[in-house]
Amino acid sequence: MDFLKPIPRRTFAADFNRAFPDVDMTAFRKFWIALIFSGLSLAAFAQDNHDAHTPDHSAQAGETEHAAGSAAHEYACGHSLSIEPEFNAGDVAVHHISDANAIHIVGDLYLHLPCILHAPGYGWTFTTTAAFDPHHHGNGTRSKDGYVLVHGNVMRLQNPAYASGEFEVSDYTHEEVTEEGKTKIRYHAIVNGQCEVLDAKTTYDGGLMGGGITSFNDFSITRNVFTMLVTAILLFLLFWSVARASVRRSGQAPKGLQNFLEPFITFIRDEVAKPSIGPKYEKYVPYLLAIFFFILGLNLIGQIPFFPGSANVTGNISVTIVLALITFIITTISGNKNYWEHIVWMPGVPAVLKIFIITPIEILGILLKPFTLLLRLFANIAAGHIVVLSFVGLIFIFGDAGESVGGSITGLIASIPLTLFMMALELLVAFLQAYIFTILSATYFGMAVEEAHH
Amino acid sequence: MLFLGDFSVIRPEPGLLFWTTFIFLTFWFLMSRFAFKPIAESLKKREMDIQDALDQAKQAREEMANLQAENEKLLAQAREERANILKDAKEAKDEIIAEAKERANAEYKRKVESAIQDIENQKMAALVELKNNAGKLAIEIAEKVLLKELGNKPEQEAYAKSLVDQIKLN
Repeated sequence: MDFLKPIPRRTFAADFNRAFPDVDMTAFRKFWIALIFSGLSLAAFAQDNHDAHTPDHSAQAGETEHAAGSAAHEYACGHSLSIEPEFNAGDVAVHHISDANAIHIVGDLYLHLPCILHAPGYGWTFTTTAAFDPHHHGNGTRSKDGYVLVHGNVMRLQNPAYASGEFEVSDYTHEEVTEEGKTKIRYHAIVNGQCEVLDAKTTYDGGLMGGGITSFNDFSITRNVFTMLVTAILLFLLFWSVARASVRRSGQAPKGLQNFLEPFITFIRDEVAKPSIGPKYEKYVPYLLAIFFFILGLNLIGQIPFFPGSANVTGNISVTIVLALITFIITTISGNKNYWEHIVWMPGVPAVLKIFIITPIEILGILLKPFTLLLRLFANIAAGHIVVLSFVGLIFIFGDAGESVGGSITGLIASIPLTLFMMALELLVAFLQAYIFTILSATYFGMAVEEAHH
Repeated sequence: MLFLGDFSVIRPEPGLLFWTTFIFLTFWFLMSRFAFKPIAESLKKREMDIQDALDQAKQAREEMANLQAENEKLLAQAREERANILKDAKEAKDEIIAEAKERANAEYKRKVESAIQDIENQKMAALVELKNNAGKLAIEIAEKVLLKELGNKPEQEAYAKSLVDQIKLN
């Protein structure tokens, strides 16, 4: 746990203000509502601590002062990652909801996962995160074929001198740089006492979200992939046993697990598929069931705060993009003449309106539907994780990140009911979002297969 | 943008996109093939079984109701028959009684008539006898009168008169 270490205090709200501007509004609202709840107790304590700490603020600018005795933590290429950062609930939350190549279990204990890496021009690298020998904070101490592990994520050394073989990496640094008017964080590895620039993995956001196409692609079994596999296997075994039971006990009353899961199946079939899709519902039921249980399973596993849970899978846009895309593809393939006619050439509307308003809107709508689908699921789940983590973070903020026992206890008293409330809410959201994704998918299929009735 | 540097969850990553697609499609296929299909079939079968059982129960109930109606009908019939029988019996009884009465009357009439006849006959016989006796008496009287006339005339008359009175007694 990163935030269990003594670290200086920083303002909570400021970090979150910065943390949220690009997140979906739902996340934003949820967070502020939660903050208002905790506002009263927060105000009371802020009073006490204000005088004692404000003067220190400027003095703390140089972080070396903190890493008592180890002056080697400041490099030409930025601050070392091995010193404890200031406690920042936003950073902690973001770190915990992010995907990672190795699963951090507790202390220096990691579950090492396979790494499947591809750098154009350098070929494939198959290894595990154990090859990077991570110690603290998921920072590896070795490079392998040019790859290193920083905060549990694989990065690549730009310098081709290290592109093959293993090298000792003594430290990592990060610094803010401004490129083409954009401020971003650049990571460096310290190899042989030299600063070496690191590349993050390729992402397809076109630079809009701070990523972009870099020197390598990461196809590793990451924490999210691992959780997805585990969830998929668990769900499969669960339903397979129910399926076997239903065959074996054919003609008898259902029992146990069968009794528990069958109502979900009949619910999706009778309350979601049938009314939304209409008479042709039957062939869509397996997909709706698969998507419902897949999302629900991942949502619920993500709620478990320790290994093997806690991974924020459905709160990752890559995952929701794929799920929404599959719904989109099925809708598009299922679309009948009536569906396309209503999009391209809406009957009963003047041609001028059709050309300039209806058709552009409808075509935009085709793309917007899956987009809202993926954004809604992603934002709700990510926001839930962030809020829960923030409430846990309250303990460290109140306790001046470990320096004040009294503050920690107050933080604990404030944090427990809030976290409990959020977790209960997230449990509801886990079911709700799985249901919403399913019923909206069903509605889109229903639109695609609806027959003309005029 | 500092924040976005770490906020990786809003950046589509090729690896995660690939693995999600692969895992979900496999999951979808396996679940459809090995879990949802048999479950859906068994659910359908069970629904049909339940429907059948309900239908059968309904049918049985209807049959039962039919049977009961029939029973009721039979009972009603039996009751009607009993009433008829009773009615018939009553009629027969009345008839028999009437007949008996009639016959008794006729017998009685016949008896009375024969009694009257008898009486008449007896009366006639008595009259005949009386007439015979009266003749005899008259002859005896006449004989005695004739015998007495020869002695005393007033006495004769008195005597005749007493004889006549004797006759009147009858």
